Amino acid sequence: MIVAVAEESRGAEHARPWIEQAGAQYCCLIDTEHRVADLYGMVNVPQAVWIDEAGHIVRPPENAGSTDHFRLMDRTTRTLAPEHQSARLAARTAYLDAVRDWALTGRYALPADAAMARLPQITPEIALAQAHFRLGVWLRQHGNTAEADVHLAEASRLHPESWNMWRQAADLDEVGKASGEAFWQRVHALGDEPYYPPPDLASAQD
Amino acid sequence: MATVLTDQGELTVAATNGLFLSAEDAERATGWTLKPEGMCRDDLCVPTTVRDGRVDVAAFWRAVGCPVVNDAAGEAWVLGAGAQQRNAALAGLTAPDFTLPDLTGTPHTLSALRGKKVFLCTWASW
Repeated sequence: MIVAVAEESRGAEHARPWIEQAGAQYCCLIDTEHRVADLYGMVNVPQAVWIDEAGHIVRPPENAGSTDHFRLMDRTTRTLAPEHQSARLAARTAYLDAVRDWALTGRYALPADAAMARLPQITPEIALAQAHFRLGVWLRQHGNTAEADVHLAEASRLHPESWNMWRQAADLDEVGKASGEAFWQRVHALGDEPYYPPPDLASAQD
Repeated sequence: MATVLTDQGELTVAATNGLFLSAEDAERATGWTLKPEGMCRDDLCVPTTVRDGRVDVAAFWRAVGCPVVNDAAGEAWVLGAGAQQRNAALAGLTAPDFTLPDLTGTPHTLSALRGKKVFLCTWASW
């Protein structure tokens, strides 16, 4: 069962074209408050959690097969070298193959101790950031843009690892801004740190 | 009137002096019950400021280690979940439950999918 959650503070109508274009036959939900990211400690999209039949997390939040190849993109032509395109596709395919394998055989599920070791740690700063983010989204929905943006900025200050908070706030300010110049500056500031940490599939085989 | 945003949803309350609420509204907003000892839940009671029968809910919520954020007008309040609460929920490895709407507005609840494997994935347009 696939549950795809749109972290989309602009609401359902903003997500609709993507869902319709994908021809999604699976369950597509709209999460204006980023509640799933809050509950599961997610910081970016796409991130996924694997949940078994008993409702237990068998793989905590991880990057769902995206790669950092976009950082090598030629930003004037918006193109990626063929070898990077194929490496990106290979990583995505490997992750989706693992998901299918798990669905059929149970492989790639982590034992409880390994799953617990990979859980995100929620700090008091992150918990406070979530409260500011939620108020910011609410104030935006109620037309109080100026005050909303103060709370959205405070959320990102308290929880700088959350690309979700920063990029959603940028998008609420102006569609497209989430991948604009300020985004690239933030990505550049990562240095050698990954934007999409690769999911560790190897250690969970059998 | 003020709006209070909690893990359980959104409610409208009559607030005075910040977020002083009637005992009834304080219970709706927090899940804790006002008793002579303070705000109580199960066997635990936390001493709480009560004035004219009204509970200082913001102070209480911070006293139990949870974040409180409000707008300048005092019309919107978030009673957030504490870090400890979030970590404890995850540490049990039971997938935290939620209910969210689909494109038609129909609500779906994660725990209704028990008995099936669930690949829970997030994405965004931005």
